Amino acid sequence: MSAVAVPTSASERMSYWRLVVLLAAATLVMAALSLAVGYARLDLFAALGDWLAGRRSLPALVLVELRLPRAILGALVGFSLGLAGAAMQGLLRNPLAEPGIVGISSAAAFGAVTVFYSGFAGAFALALPLGGIAGALLAVLLLFALNGRGAGTMTLILAGVAINSFAGAMTSLALNLAPNPYAALEIVFWLMGSLADRSLIHVWLVLPLMLVGWALLLSCTPALDGLTLGEDTARSLGFDLTWLRVRLIGGAALAVGSAVAVTGAIGFVGLVVPHLLRPLVGHRPGRLLLVSGFGGAILLLAADTMLRLMPIRPELKLGVVTALIGAPFLFSLIQRLRRET
Amino acid sequence: MRIEAKGIAIAFDGKPILAGIDLALRPGELVGLIGANGAGKTTLLRILADLLPPAAGTVLYDGKPARTLGRRTLARRLAFLAQGGSVQWQMRAEAVVALGRLPHRRPFADLTEADRTAISDAFAAADASAFRERSLDTLSGGERMRVLLARALAVEAEMLLADEPLVGLDPRHQLEAMALFKRIAANGTGGVVVLHDLSLAGRFCDRLVLLDDGRILADGPPAAVLDDGNLARAFGIAVARGDRNGEQFVLPWQALTNEEASR
Repeated sequence: MSAVAVPTSASERMSYWRLVVLLAAATLVMAALSLAVGYARLDLFAALGDWLAGRRSLPALVLVELRLPRAILGALVGFSLGLAGAAMQGLLRNPLAEPGIVGISSAAAFGAVTVFYSGFAGAFALALPLGGIAGALLAVLLLFALNGRGAGTMTLILAGVAINSFAGAMTSLALNLAPNPYAALEIVFWLMGSLADRSLIHVWLVLPLMLVGWALLLSCTPALDGLTLGEDTARSLGFDLTWLRVRLIGGAALAVGSAVAVTGAIGFVGLVVPHLLRPLVGHRPGRLLLVSGFGGAILLLAADTMLRLMPIRPELKLGVVTALIGAPFLFSLIQRLRRET
Repeated sequence: MRIEAKGIAIAFDGKPILAGIDLALRPGELVGLIGANGAGKTTLLRILADLLPPAAGTVLYDGKPARTLGRRTLARRLAFLAQGGSVQWQMRAEAVVALGRLPHRRPFADLTEADRTAISDAFAAADASAFRERSLDTLSGGERMRVLLARALAVEAEMLLADEPLVGLDPRHQLEAMALFKRIAANGTGGVVVLHDLSLAGRFCDRLVLLDDGRILADGPPAAVLDDGNLARAFGIAVARGDRNGEQFVLPWQALTNEEASR
């Protein structure tokens, strides 16, 4: 029996790394495609040549100021959403969990809206993302305070529901009291999520936070596998669940909080991507993390490229497009769940 | 590994679940933990496995508290098989059993030869090798239980704490599982098994601990623990007794009325 099975597990590991490399390569291809597609005609190689030579020509500026930030942010934000979604589903052992379930996304959105509303947004370029990040961090502090030491998953979800509804209500309040319809419209548009008109400064702002967040989330790989058999079994296998929750919530807050802070709320990526990829990694929650990260990046870059190719102006908001892709998928998932029970 | 629990007490929402529990577990001994629903068996097992801190009392592992032993060390030396056996994701049986090797592996490291041998041995011992490649959601309840048993065996711990490991098993596999527990206990691995089948408990366990309403009513050789008075008090039942080739067995026969039980 073992003679048959050992090569299987070895080849399973091989095929896992092959999948990771494949998805990483696909992410690069999608990023290159995102660079190539835009509203102005751009000779990519000429632009790249100008930029590398230090010539501030128009093509070089379009590449570096417009296309590059958009492509990089698309990959970073997509990776964060996919990774955090897989991590949350693993932690809560629920296929319907998504990165925002513990309230981080809505708190980040509320933080940014507060900046909008107070008028700081115009004061300096980074006010908006900084407000979003502050909102996410505040939500995490609140989560930890509400949960205390050793509180269970149920408390975590309930605290998330509370933060979600509070942040949602406060965002609505800001809209309600908006000084003029244009301000309200601006807030609503921002909330829909977009990668347009971001700069490399945004990239440098969120990159370190995201990297720390990713590292925290990926460090949970073995523990999430152990959690498959329930909390008692995971602890009997030597995992400290309190510490696991701290790393997962902290990591998700850094990655998703900064993602929402620069792009607005982009739904469904963190929910849909882990679902699509789960069968490819033998349903193992630990292995799903890295794979979902790349899957999220691919999906977001694809959606962002698609909306620029569509003949609709002003361009559709990214959050709208991902939701349009995600919702039908969710319906099919419900159908499948109903058949299984 | 020796486990010594002294003066264990715990209450949930003001209702005492366990009180004044003193219990010593030794290597080479298979202990059956029996008692009516709600007697505190699972709670006691979780406390013994360091999964639940008792409100009062101490649990020592080879004379040391769990904290000085370290989480990972304890995880290698003590295996816990949870009740119910829920598996959230549709993983293959082999991946599930491999989880038992997590306490032995460096994070992100590949399975070693020793890990692979332990996994294969565990599959064979639990008679689950046939569905090694199958996804857990395609197995029956009893088959899944055998995979989960193999997962606990794959830890190769010195002490195995199993909460109702016979649930869902057919009679043959119940007998085989009990024989397996007895065999690994005889090889030096201590074991505590929560059981509801008094016949199997009496036949296979070296020692029985009978919990009644959060206290130990009896602790000793099966023949002494399974006496009529104890069974009437703890379960409210009368048993039929038999003998096969000199081996005594009990069979739950009749539920007693309250007056009969208290007599």
